Amino acid sequence: MKNKIQKIAYNSLLVLFLTLNYSCSDELTERNEQFPQLNPANTDELAGTWKTFLLTTPDEFSLDAPIASTAAAFTREINEIKSYQASITPEQKKIIKYWSAGGVLRWNEIMRTLVARHNRPPYQNEDGTYPAPSGANPFANPEFPFSNPPYAARAYAYVSAAQYDAMIATWHYKKLYNRAAPFTVDATLPVLIPKSALPSYPSEDAVLAGVTVELLKLLFPTEIAYIQEKAEEQKLYRIISGANVRSDVDAGIILGRKIAGKFIARAASDGTGAAIGNQALWTQLETQTAATGETPWKSLDVPARPPMLPLFGKVKSFLMTPEMVIASRPVPPPSTKSEQFAKELAEVKNYGKNATRKNMQIVTFWADGVGTYTPPGHWNAIASESFVELNYSEVRWARNLALLNIAMMDAAISCWDAKYTFFNPRPSQVDPSIKTLTGTPNFPSYVSGHSTFSGAACVVLSHIIPAKKQSFVAMAKEASDSRMFGCIHYRSDCEKGLELGEKVGGFAVARALTDGAE
Amino acid sequence: MKKFYLSCLLLAPLFMNAQTEIDGIMMSKNNFCFGAVYQYSSWDEYWEGTFKRENLNLGTVSTKSVALMGNYGVSDKLNIIFSLPYVETKASAGTMEGQKGLQDLSLTIKYMPFEKTIGKATYSLYALGGLSAPVSNYSADYLPLSLGLKSKTASLRLMGDYQRGRFFSTISGAYVKRANITIDRNSYYTNEIHYTNEVDMPDAISVNFRIGYRSNRLIAEAVVDNWVTQSGGFDITTNNMPFPSNTMNALKVGVNTKYTLKKIPALSLIGGCNFVTEGRNVGQSNTFYGGLFYILNLKKTTQENEK
Repeated sequence: MKNKIQKIAYNSLLVLFLTLNYSCSDELTERNEQFPQLNPANTDELAGTWKTFLLTTPDEFSLDAPIASTAAAFTREINEIKSYQASITPEQKKIIKYWSAGGVLRWNEIMRTLVARHNRPPYQNEDGTYPAPSGANPFANPEFPFSNPPYAARAYAYVSAAQYDAMIATWHYKKLYNRAAPFTVDATLPVLIPKSALPSYPSEDAVLAGVTVELLKLLFPTEIAYIQEKAEEQKLYRIISGANVRSDVDAGIILGRKIAGKFIARAASDGTGAAIGNQALWTQLETQTAATGETPWKSLDVPARPPMLPLFGKVKSFLMTPEMVIASRPVPPPSTKSEQFAKELAEVKNYGKNATRKNMQIVTFWADGVGTYTPPGHWNAIASESFVELNYSEVRWARNLALLNIAMMDAAISCWDAKYTFFNPRPSQVDPSIKTLTGTPNFPSYVSGHSTFSGAACVVLSHIIPAKKQSFVAMAKEASDSRMFGCIHYRSDCEKGLELGEKVGGFAVARALTDGAE
Repeated sequence: MKKFYLSCLLLAPLFMNAQTEIDGIMMSKNNFCFGAVYQYSSWDEYWEGTFKRENLNLGTVSTKSVALMGNYGVSDKLNIIFSLPYVETKASAGTMEGQKGLQDLSLTIKYMPFEKTIGKATYSLYALGGLSAPVSNYSADYLPLSLGLKSKTASLRLMGDYQRGRFFSTISGAYVKRANITIDRNSYYTNEIHYTNEVDMPDAISVNFRIGYRSNRLIAEAVVDNWVTQSGGFDITTNNMPFPSNTMNALKVGVNTKYTLKKIPALSLIGGCNFVTEGRNVGQSNTFYGGLFYILNLKKTTQENEK
């Protein structure tokens, strides 16, 4: 008997020990690690003629002619590739695997990480006020930026638009100088990624690194070391893989940097710096709403936090004039004294009281709140995973993401315009017994930002990939509904938000029809 | 020592998931001890990394739970223990809705391979193997108001007990292996964004020391417990949201007592409290609990039935 018990005990402990050691594998499979190497079906050879956003012409910024591929200096550049390849390390192979999925794609992912890392509201001062992040002093407390949804939407838009213009210039110069790729010149050179039929000067990856690094320095100044490290990897990847020689890369960096300057100059004067407003404005928003007899929005944060970027609606859009923003403005929300409002409030309350697990999943899936890449980031992730399947050229990747992100920046501008025009309260402000399933955002309710972003993204993506329209529409609807299920928005906020998003997304679609890429 | 075999389990609600019985006491063969414990735990302050703060948007975060627990003596040296808590969370301020539901079922095998009395002192060694798994589909990604972390765990604890007269001390250490969890999002940020709904949960080491008085009727002990998350976790940055795979450390001190009724020796009452004194990415909780346990001798019942 004693032996039997001993045996049971030992066996049980042994099984447990084995479980501890072997069965709990911690390895995660991440979707973006499965992306294949970019191997475009169509190189978009004539993209040098597509319509740019800020560049007046594709050759607005000059690029020196390359040395001839017959020159001795070129042979030495090929020798550099061979010497790297002769002692290639596992770490270098990893870099090649990572970057060969596509430069526009990887920089977009890097940006999503930067947005998530900086998407944190400032911590309060001792006296209950809040410090504001300052671009002039980015390492102070709080660090600059607070990449909230409008900030993020604009950041994604600038980087995408700049990358797109930079790719147009790249394609222009590739065709103009028509210098052969190193593997074409030296047929014995091993190439570690799919061979591109395009001329290789300048390197599109280097142009991307050049333009993106400069913009990210402006947008995420505390991250320069991290950003530079990524750019160095990307440059190295092109040379080790045999896709570019050193002079392709060096020229690309120079061209990219020049183009970035134009976007940086625009960003400095687009109104974002003033969007935070000041105490006088915050008070005025409250009094002017109260004067209409409506209940003005109040911060539900403790201590009360100033409203998020009240003047973001005045930021300069890429595709809309200020008049177009006002013309797109939705009808006013139901009065807080109306029957319609009471009905919508009751609906929200009911979602809270009868929260199903399914609804909670939807709320969490689309929440994209503090510490995440924001709703625009979520739509970039959705777009990227769809684009990967379509094997776009870098220029088409850049174009499609630029259209998407410019539409979402317009969504941010138009949505914030509506929010601060109507300045209406959140459900929990009107009825404090309403508890929420996600954080209550610190800005007025009408219209829902998630709905506006989703409406705009859905319209643009459905235009780009018509076969997926149904799925995009369903996602946008769910993202929009999630805010009602989470008890932070009324039905009108969501429905009118989706409509507004679709309307402003239409401007990007109109451009897509005429930019020369379709 | 033998006489203490009849003692019911002395529960020490552990950090995160109230679980095993890490005392130097065994149930005797064929005895089944079962009961319920009510626990109230709350905090006003918490640590974001090493930064200690309050959060007026949460106020006091409280967790009430009722756990069903049982301990069966397979033999005098081998016990099987289970616990199943129902948990309710709440924040006193702010807009966030609390959660309620069944949390994790835990099973522990407790084995005493060694016991020796030398003079007035009795030495004993134990090995405890535990498994736990969520029993409801709650959301782990709803901190600090989630019911738990939802990770399946396996733990192995080694324990030594020394008793001299009615005074004793017990020391134990455990390695807790935690399985990956899935959350309701398909991407999340740790130090970069991960594009998966699966989260790699860091393991943990728990060290527990107890010292006190132990008799047939009364047990009273002081406890120090240190829970340390192993590599793979990360800190909450200032004013950020917590995440299930944060590094969560807590040093706790507390008191546990158990009293067995004179008139009904099968019935015992337990109660105690513990306080987090140092922590990382956890609330500085104060915890109070009380419960009732009853012992059945199943062998006797069976024999009676056979008659």
